[in-house]
Amino acid sequence: MKPLFFWNVFLLFFWWSPLLQGSDFDAERQKMLKEVQIDATETASYIGSSAFSPAVMAAMGKVERHRFVPADLVDQAYLNRPLPIGHGQTISQPYIVALMTDLMKVGAGDNVLEIGTGSGYQAAILAELAGSVYSIEIIEALGKEAENRLQLLGYRNVKTRVGDGYYGWPEAAPFDAIMVTAAASHVPPPLIQQLKPGGRIVIPLGTQFLTQFLMLVEKKQDGSVTTRQLLPVRFVPLTGGH
Amino acid sequence: MLRPPLIAISILSACVLAYEVVLTRLFSIILWHHFAYMIISAAMLGYGAGGTALTLLKEKFSRHYRTAYVLAATALALLMPVSFILAQKTPFSPLELLWDPRQPVWLLAVYLLMMLPFFFGGLSIGLAFTLFGRQASRIYAFDIFGAGVGSLGIIGILFFLSPSRVLIVLAALALLAAAIAVMELRMRPRWLAAAFLGLAAAGMTATPDLPVNRSPYKDLSQALEILGSRVMEERSGPLGQMTVVENTHVPLRDAPGMSLNATREPPPQLGVFVDGNGPSALTHFDGMLGPLDYLGQLTSALPYQILHQPRVLVLGAGAGSDVLQALYHGSSAIDAVELDGNFIDLVGGRFRDFAGNLYGLPNVKVYQAEARGFVSTSRMHYDLIQVALLDSFGTASAGLYGLSESYLYTVEALQTYLNRLAPGGILAFTRWLTLPPRDILKLFATAVFALERSGAADPSMRVAMIRGWKTVTLLVKNDDFSHLEIAAIREFSRTRSFDLAYYPGMPPEEANRYNQLPQPYLFEGALALLGQQRQDFMDRYKFYIEPATDDRPHFFRFFKWDTARELFSLREQGGMPLFDWSYPLLAATLLQACAASVLLILLPLALSRCRRTLPSASVASYFLAIGLAFMFMEIAFIQKFVLFLSHPLYAVSVVLCSFLVFSAAGSRLAGSRQAPNKVTWAITAMAILTLSYLIFLPGLFQSLIHLPDAVKIFISILLIAPLASCMGVPFPSGMTCLASAHPESIPWAWAINGFASVVGAVLATLLAIHLGFAAVIVLAVVIYAGACAVGRGFLTVH
Repeated sequence: MKPLFFWNVFLLFFWWSPLLQGSDFDAERQKMLKEVQIDATETASYIGSSAFSPAVMAAMGKVERHRFVPADLVDQAYLNRPLPIGHGQTISQPYIVALMTDLMKVGAGDNVLEIGTGSGYQAAILAELAGSVYSIEIIEALGKEAENRLQLLGYRNVKTRVGDGYYGWPEAAPFDAIMVTAAASHVPPPLIQQLKPGGRIVIPLGTQFLTQFLMLVEKKQDGSVTTRQLLPVRFVPLTGGH
Repeated sequence: MLRPPLIAISILSACVLAYEVVLTRLFSIILWHHFAYMIISAAMLGYGAGGTALTLLKEKFSRHYRTAYVLAATALALLMPVSFILAQKTPFSPLELLWDPRQPVWLLAVYLLMMLPFFFGGLSIGLAFTLFGRQASRIYAFDIFGAGVGSLGIIGILFFLSPSRVLIVLAALALLAAAIAVMELRMRPRWLAAAFLGLAAAGMTATPDLPVNRSPYKDLSQALEILGSRVMEERSGPLGQMTVVENTHVPLRDAPGMSLNATREPPPQLGVFVDGNGPSALTHFDGMLGPLDYLGQLTSALPYQILHQPRVLVLGAGAGSDVLQALYHGSSAIDAVELDGNFIDLVGGRFRDFAGNLYGLPNVKVYQAEARGFVSTSRMHYDLIQVALLDSFGTASAGLYGLSESYLYTVEALQTYLNRLAPGGILAFTRWLTLPPRDILKLFATAVFALERSGAADPSMRVAMIRGWKTVTLLVKNDDFSHLEIAAIREFSRTRSFDLAYYPGMPPEEANRYNQLPQPYLFEGALALLGQQRQDFMDRYKFYIEPATDDRPHFFRFFKWDTARELFSLREQGGMPLFDWSYPLLAATLLQACAASVLLILLPLALSRCRRTLPSASVASYFLAIGLAFMFMEIAFIQKFVLFLSHPLYAVSVVLCSFLVFSAAGSRLAGSRQAPNKVTWAITAMAILTLSYLIFLPGLFQSLIHLPDAVKIFISILLIAPLASCMGVPFPSGMTCLASAHPESIPWAWAINGFASVVGAVLATLLAIHLGFAAVIVLAVVIYAGACAVGRGFLTVH
């Protein structure tokens, strides 16, 4: 246990030291929220809703993003942009995080699965909304860091593990919502099987730093599946069109 | 009398050109191939800046020219590897260019580091011109001959050595040049030559391969981060570095856009990455078709729903996914074409058992060839030609000199494919779905144009398109789709929850059912492109979707300025990923090249004492014009011959080498004649040749394309020889005249010519995108004619 103890002490110092400027971060987070709100208002009609849900915005306002970014990028934690977190992975742009979370329509008490834990930021946002969150990461170092971070921050309703996300988390299935942030050439059939009827899967498509579009998979009560492809920007492809 | 170090000049020139090619390869591996233009520009700028330094420090250099020459060669040798190592140390990350304001600074740092070796290369050659101006023709001939040999030699070396190893070899060659220069310049002490030779030998044997640090955001880097991954095989060649990755813990499961109704996962697969991009899946096959069920759940399986036991041609076979798909669907014969021999070797060699001897099966034949060239020369007819997700395959994949043109998706290419179809045959393309749609609508428009040109009475009866959530498949038939075939398309889509995007007579309510887009973009686009309002639709569409042609083969250009402005204003609201960066990057490179040239070449000259030696307007215009026109000619003709020689690698190296070597010959020939109007004669001959080539080459190439490669290469050399010989005359003739009348202007002429070459390389591509390569060639002739007119004054003084 000793190494774990020292690791936790280190993490405590590492992540809690920014508390010294806690009020600054609060102000920055509020500024970020306003930006996300403006973006949401402008884009809302293009993604089929009037605005992001208040619960999602509250979660975005509560989770401290600066605790999920590398130490040298803490000063940029509340910019509305993706940031590198090492191992070729990124923490998504706050606007995209809010949009994806909103699309999942997570309710209190919901059981949620995330494939691709990354920094743990998205899991923390989901944990503010759902009853339980299960998150799987395929990069060992990232998965362990995120696990420790989420534990330290007190997210008791998040369970993480390192491994293959293709087969989901059968012991915890079925899920009300699933988010697949890891790149995939196809939607793994086991994930669709582990989704409750009426449930939703959200998949961002694109590269690190650039989300091309979002895919929303909806499972109907009869078990059939439809998808919606959503452009996260107010843009129509024809001039003079809308 | 002291002679210029001609052999050393040749070797250094070969080194510099080879270095440029190797850098392009290395940047394709560590980043992405888009940086090829940056390297061309850095090379030319370095040359120009070297000329400027020479002008500023001319007196010092003149006093110690031997030492200066050898030191420049040594600096080139050391900086080739060192600059690359330092460039990798900078935290430059192109994906963050849009987000991080520090990134442009790092980009500039990389650019300047890349420029440094070229600076010393330029310095050494400029030094020879300045000190031995009257022998400009000889120097130019040796210089350009070396470059020609370098351009050919580097391709050969890359078959045997990794690019990072080649950097060490080039450094050793530059040291060899320094040793030879010591001898040629009769320097003392003589043992210096031996010391350089010893250093070269030591460098070659004792230096380990340089580290090559891939961007962590490249596909291969990300695959290797995953728990349980390991590299099974790595191969290097001029077409790319190939890496095979296995992961037993988290296996690769590549099934692009598989139907959400599918229940089975793909069998075990290995990931094959080229230059760190990919992967292509090498799928385990044990002769049983059951595990391959997933291949029937992809949009690309659509043509097999219509055709029974077809004879199939797969263009871009890669690691064999499409061949397996053809096999799974009971094809009677499968011909597969793959450009990169390493793929064929892997599937048929080391992984032969894993792949179930796929490429050795009795009904499978694999050809190592370029796809378009294979179809042009083939006499076979097929029921199905499958062009599946070829992005990393084909002419553009070489990344050499930033040739981002693709001759696979032009109107003429589609006509060629249609000609090779048997009656009732189908041409099938599968592409990734982009939102809003870009490439698939462009391809649809290309198909409509090709059908019209091929004489189809009603193209709308010969196309069909379906869409999954991630891929789109377009079918083009050489006959009208029958009711039965349409029923098969509808049934295939329904059972897999794929959407119908277009078929003849499709009602609007059938579009956009399963994978809903904000609007039925593809159906609406298809109708518009088949209707009377086609041009208006293409004009109003916010991405450039006009079909590519052989003269303007930029299929992947979707950029429009108005759209760029709109997307840039939406950059933080999710607009950034829609921004097409290739075109602005090219435009930015041009601006950067202009600014950097003025700053590093012309400004230092203008601010120094050299302003007293300012050349006359006619001299400046002459060297500017011939620099621009030479690059225009060379780049445009490379493109014309790529199509004829099919293989991009051979085409670029053969054409470039021929241009340089015959320019050298022309220069040498001109230097030995005292004809008063040789520039005028050369330019007149060149103009006549060029214009007749423009008229007759397309027909000639069409009739000769069936000949063996060696014959085609010989014909190409024959065609290039007279043209390039003429192009070799203006520069050294101008230099010789200056040496007699205004020797003080020689460095200026060198610098201005360098500037024009920097700008010309990028400008030629930019102009070709808008006007086509034929127009670029005509423009080059006009500029040469202008040069002839403005240069008449000082050229006749001599």
